[in-house]
Amino acid sequence: MTLHTEQAPEPVRFLSADGTFAPTPAAEPFLARLDSLTDAHHERFYRDMVSVRAFDREATNLQRQGEMALFPPSEGQEGAQVGSAHAARPQDHIFPSYREHVVGMIRGVDPVNILSLMRGVTLGGWDPTDPKNGNFHLYTLVLGSQTLHATGYAMGQLFDGASGTGNVETDEATIVYFGDGSTSEGDVSEALVFAASHQTPQVFFLQNNQWAISVPVSVQSRTPLYLRGAGFGLPSVQIDGNDVLASYAVTSQFLDEARVGQGPRFIEAMTYRMGAHTTSDDPTKYRTNEERAEWGQRDPIVRFEAYLRARGASESLFTSAAEDAKDLCADVRARTLALEAPDFPTMFEHVYSEEHPRMREQSDWLTRYEASMTEDNR
Amino acid sequence: MSEIVNMPMAKALNAGLRAALAADEKVLLMGEDIGPLGGVFRITEGLQAEFGPRRVQDTPLAESGIVGTAIGLAMRGYRPVCEIQFDGFIYPAFDQIVSQLAKQTNRHGGTLSMPVVIRVPYGGHIGAVEHHQESPEAYFAHTAGLRVVSPSTPNDAYWMIQEAIQSNDPVLFFEPKSRYWPKGEVNLTESQLGLHQSRVAREGTDVTLIGHGAMVSTLLQAAEVAAGEGISAEVVDLRSISPIDYGPLLDSARKTGRVVVAQEAPENASVGSEIAATLAEKAFYSLEAPVLRVSGFDTPFPAAKLEGLYLPDADRVLDAVDRALAY
Ligand SMILES: Cc1ncc(C[n+]2csc(CCOP(=O)(O)OP(=O)(O)O)c2C)c(N)n1
Ligand SMILES: [Mg+2]
Repeated sequence: MTLHTEQAPEPVRFLSADGTFAPTPAAEPFLARLDSLTDAHHERFYRDMVSVRAFDREATNLQRQGEMALFPPSEGQEGAQVGSAHAARPQDHIFPSYREHVVGMIRGVDPVNILSLMRGVTLGGWDPTDPKNGNFHLYTLVLGSQTLHATGYAMGQLFDGASGTGNVETDEATIVYFGDGSTSEGDVSEALVFAASHQTPQVFFLQNNQWAISVPVSVQSRTPLYLRGAGFGLPSVQIDGNDVLASYAVTSQFLDEARVGQGPRFIEAMTYRMGAHTTSDDPTKYRTNEERAEWGQRDPIVRFEAYLRARGASESLFTSAAEDAKDLCADVRARTLALEAPDFPTMFEHVYSEEHPRMREQSDWLTRYEASMTEDNR
Repeated sequence: MSEIVNMPMAKALNAGLRAALAADEKVLLMGEDIGPLGGVFRITEGLQAEFGPRRVQDTPLAESGIVGTAIGLAMRGYRPVCEIQFDGFIYPAFDQIVSQLAKQTNRHGGTLSMPVVIRVPYGGHIGAVEHHQESPEAYFAHTAGLRVVSPSTPNDAYWMIQEAIQSNDPVLFFEPKSRYWPKGEVNLTESQLGLHQSRVAREGTDVTLIGHGAMVSTLLQAAEVAAGEGISAEVVDLRSISPIDYGPLLDSARKTGRVVVAQEAPENASVGSEIAATLAEKAFYSLEAPVLRVSGFDTPFPAAKLEGLYLPDADRVLDAVDRALAY
């Protein structure tokens, strides 16, 4: 019997930390996926990573300035997120956790909508039923819950015959994001059971950023986490999550296999949360600067930039990406600051699908009460 | 001579936990991020360094797992104290709490005790995102076999956490997180009240204000304003939500004839509703007005920017006082 207590063999990786193209043996089966990528795709990957890193810093500053309740930064995880997001096809559905800001942006969600949730002006932020939001479902803050929702959604895709016809251009699939800490929640195991049982058209995308707030992944699992998926019978691989090409190639292949009826798949993207867990967190209490610095050497943007430069990308790409990111931040800041608290009657709306006596009664009461308070103060 | 120290509730809880860990080696703390980080609210700060990683454990990230394994540990003679990181994250453990933890002693015919404490930072006023500001105490008060308490002062926090840990029954220990940082006097020498006793926090004669947790400070504020208007309000701090110590509540209701019960939790099927019904039954002839409730609305806890309108404040309490006095 083999006990998988050590690290996995080399994960799927195309780009080494210095940006040289050097596929690992595990990457070979996914190589063909890179063939369809043009320079324009590469540019887009790069721009998206640069944009979200700037967005991240802007949002963190906004929080520090008291303009937001909370912000969970995604710095360090851009490669995993941008690659997988571009791997999804337009008809696919995406269930995020709460850190996949750039995935939402790539699917069409206005980043200000994401910040509206963090600013405390809404409990949702965008409408996943509106096609302009690219089937990007709402964030879920209760860890792991969304894995079951994604599985149920994928079951529906299957039952409807919307997947499994063999046409990758139209067959639907679902991808769900979750973290290393969340894998310990019962819901995640149950989602894997249902997915395997129904052979859903689905990819489980685990971002192992090494930490669940202050708790290292070793507390959650003694084996590499991609084996969790394998244990439930899902084809599972570990990838270098800081290699945007690995994330793109494996996710697109797995989604296409899932959509044409080959069943669910599992990806563990090895990455690192470079920032604090959220703006309320103080990582100096539990992890070393050395560890962070070591992961800093494997930065997804630096790596991809080196690769693009070696391929002869023009300098203007890098300068314009930086400028666009700056513009994005200025726009996001201005529009976030303009987000006002909603009027209170909205609190009583949509709690039920129909008019509800208690909502009506309490809303009316609060309206009268508020009016009487303003009179009192005159 | 009693030793009196001024400290915030967060420090008082830390001191109470430290005392409990020192007094009984079977006491274990378990939860998410309670080790090197000291918990997201720093309630367990320094305790892992002092008592080691076995006595103060960072658990895997699974609430059902935390409570379920606490049950097994209790069967083995341990006294686990579980931390649930935020109110809204207790629900993955709901089955283990209400169907398992609550019922073990009863199913074992009394041969097995379940000395498990579940600490839950709860309530609003911190401007946080969803699932971080809820008041779920009624779900647990509704379940036979569970004791449910909530301190409102640093002194009560210091003593009640130790008493909860000494209890041989499961105790849901709701910590009003908005009250973690204001300071208050803690008598480190002796406890004045038992775990399940309610307490008159301010004496008065015209109207009785009843609440628990963070609401107590709102009620005291309201009583102060009322005093300026010539109304004498008595404030009763429940401290225990299950069982409720009705003695002081009934005495006060009989004295003033007018009662307002306030809570952050939604009103429907709430602790406040239970108190209103009981006072109506037991003090009917002394009441001059119906017992009025002031609660959070029966909506999801709203986005942070609306919490000020959702959560009852002193004005909303005073509005109810006026209505009670108008009868
Ligand atoms: C059910 C539940 N328990 C606890 C929390 C509090 N919490 C929020 S994020 C987090 C850590 C999550 O770690 P991981 O799944 O690795 O995701 P990451 O934050 O690293 O992206 C915790 C404990 C929560 N949101 N939901
Ligand atoms: Mg993590």
